[in-house]
Amino acid sequence: MTRTFMDWGLSYEWAWGLATIAGILLIALPLMLAVAMIIYVDRKVWAAMALRRGPNVVGPFGLLQSFADGLKVFLQETIIPSAANKGLFLIAPIITFTVALAAWAVVPFNSGAVLADINIGLLYILAISSLGVYGVVISGWASNSKYPFFSAMRAAAQMISYEVSIGFILVCVVLYAGTFNMNGIIEAQRGHGLGIVNAYAFNLLLFPIWVMFLISSLAETARAPFDLTEAESELVAGYQTEYSSMSFALFWLGEYANVLLMCALNAILFFGGWLPPLDWAPLYLVPGWIWLFAKIFAFFFIFSWVKATVPRYRYDQLMRLGWKVFLPLSLLFVVLVSGWLMVTRYERSPHTALCPSLDNAELAARGAAPQGSPCVRENLT
Amino acid sequence: MIQTFAFYLFAVLLIASAVLVITSRNPVHAVLWLIVAFFNGAGLMVLVGAEFIAALLVIVYVGAVAVLFLFVVMMLDIDFAELRAGFIRHFPLGVLIALVLLAEIVLGVGAYRAGALELGAAGVAAEPIAGRSNIDNIGALLYTRYLFLFESAGLILLVAMIGAIVLTHRERPGSHKTHQNIDRQVRRRPQDATVMTRPDVGQGVEL
Repeated sequence: MTRTFMDWGLSYEWAWGLATIAGILLIALPLMLAVAMIIYVDRKVWAAMALRRGPNVVGPFGLLQSFADGLKVFLQETIIPSAANKGLFLIAPIITFTVALAAWAVVPFNSGAVLADINIGLLYILAISSLGVYGVVISGWASNSKYPFFSAMRAAAQMISYEVSIGFILVCVVLYAGTFNMNGIIEAQRGHGLGIVNAYAFNLLLFPIWVMFLISSLAETARAPFDLTEAESELVAGYQTEYSSMSFALFWLGEYANVLLMCALNAILFFGGWLPPLDWAPLYLVPGWIWLFAKIFAFFFIFSWVKATVPRYRYDQLMRLGWKVFLPLSLLFVVLVSGWLMVTRYERSPHTALCPSLDNAELAARGAAPQGSPCVRENLT
Repeated sequence: MIQTFAFYLFAVLLIASAVLVITSRNPVHAVLWLIVAFFNGAGLMVLVGAEFIAALLVIVYVGAVAVLFLFVVMMLDIDFAELRAGFIRHFPLGVLIALVLLAEIVLGVGAYRAGALELGAAGVAAEPIAGRSNIDNIGALLYTRYLFLFESAGLILLVAMIGAIVLTHRERPGSHKTHQNIDRQVRRRPQDATVMTRPDVGQGVEL
């Protein structure tokens, strides 16, 4: 997009700045619209599974319900508890919301259609999503109230626990793809399954990992079976208890933006992102972003389905699942995946397997070739 | 131009938040300023082209370590007035630490001005190789040249982890009662847990 602006006669800096701002708006505004609609979808699916009708009053089929709710919340009075820590109390929802938006910077919507095409895309997502906990923790503490505080404690422990296993799961995917770049990961899935299926999920080694990732992403976003941070039967409304008006709405928006991000991650890491499901020419006629959105929507349906059908976990069960089941399993799969790749991909050249991406001349040039280094010695003799 | 601007922005914010870490009265605020400081440090790393280190800084320090800090500080009711009481007594120690830090800074700046450190053979300083991300470079160095250092660091961390578990784990008398047996809980059925009776009026139930 920078090029378009440069064609209008702007210097590179201005063109870059304008292109970035335009890109941010192009992602953030549709995302907000998507969040509003996805809340409606969530409620509709949930209602259908409970044999109710769900929102059906505002607009045709109740389509405008979320906007009506938004307007209502916008017109409410902002109440700040007198004993609250005022600054932090107001900053917390802003942090949640900003962090939820910031992660979308590296999500590719089509080949090359990504705001920041950085080498460490996946690490960036991991880093940003680990910041999400601060919004919850700070709001819990700043509210100066019992239930939000309990909720903050739970949220912090829960998110840290599941981040560990998510990290190992991502390592497996990165090992297969050979890159941290999101577009690179998607491209690596082209024709991965039997030369025709554009997905990692149907790989026998990666399928269990995908199942773990799906469950961990439910836990990471504090969605239904793991929504202990806002378990209404125990904690009123969790960390949102003291919030009202726009600060409450920001939490709500941030939460759903995070859910959408996790759906997008499922689609990108395991189901080929903007690639069509099959590596078959006519399917490429449909633009990539439509495939991506369809996949995100499918995952969101799974999320609401789970919300409508699975009862809430007990807190110790949640922790047990994270630390005693997922962590050892994902560790095991890191070993299995790297072993399998070692055997299949690097079989013919065992010595270069130790440093596949760096040849000897470069290693020597970097001064990194002492006598003992195995991958250099092999070639010298 | 924009790099210079970003550098001064990050640097000023880093120093300001670091000062606020030690001057803020509320310990929770101190930890939050520490997080801001980490964040700006990560920004500086990005500016020198070490985006991998920056991401690790955010993931490890901001995402995990600082959350645990915050956790502890929020739960413990730390009274700063009490902590300040020993100011005069600990003053000499503080001066000593400050001197050590000052000496380190002077040494560091001196070493930097003396010129680049020449690592390894052939007198070629390590330069970033064009067209390769620094994840590849770090990986290639870590798993060849620094393999043993890397693995011993891993071993030390393992020992630390086991040590922490051993220190916090204790056998309570009668701990089998508090121990959750998930298998047994899942296998439990309504008829194991409830008794259906039809008691006479005024008789009650024998349990």
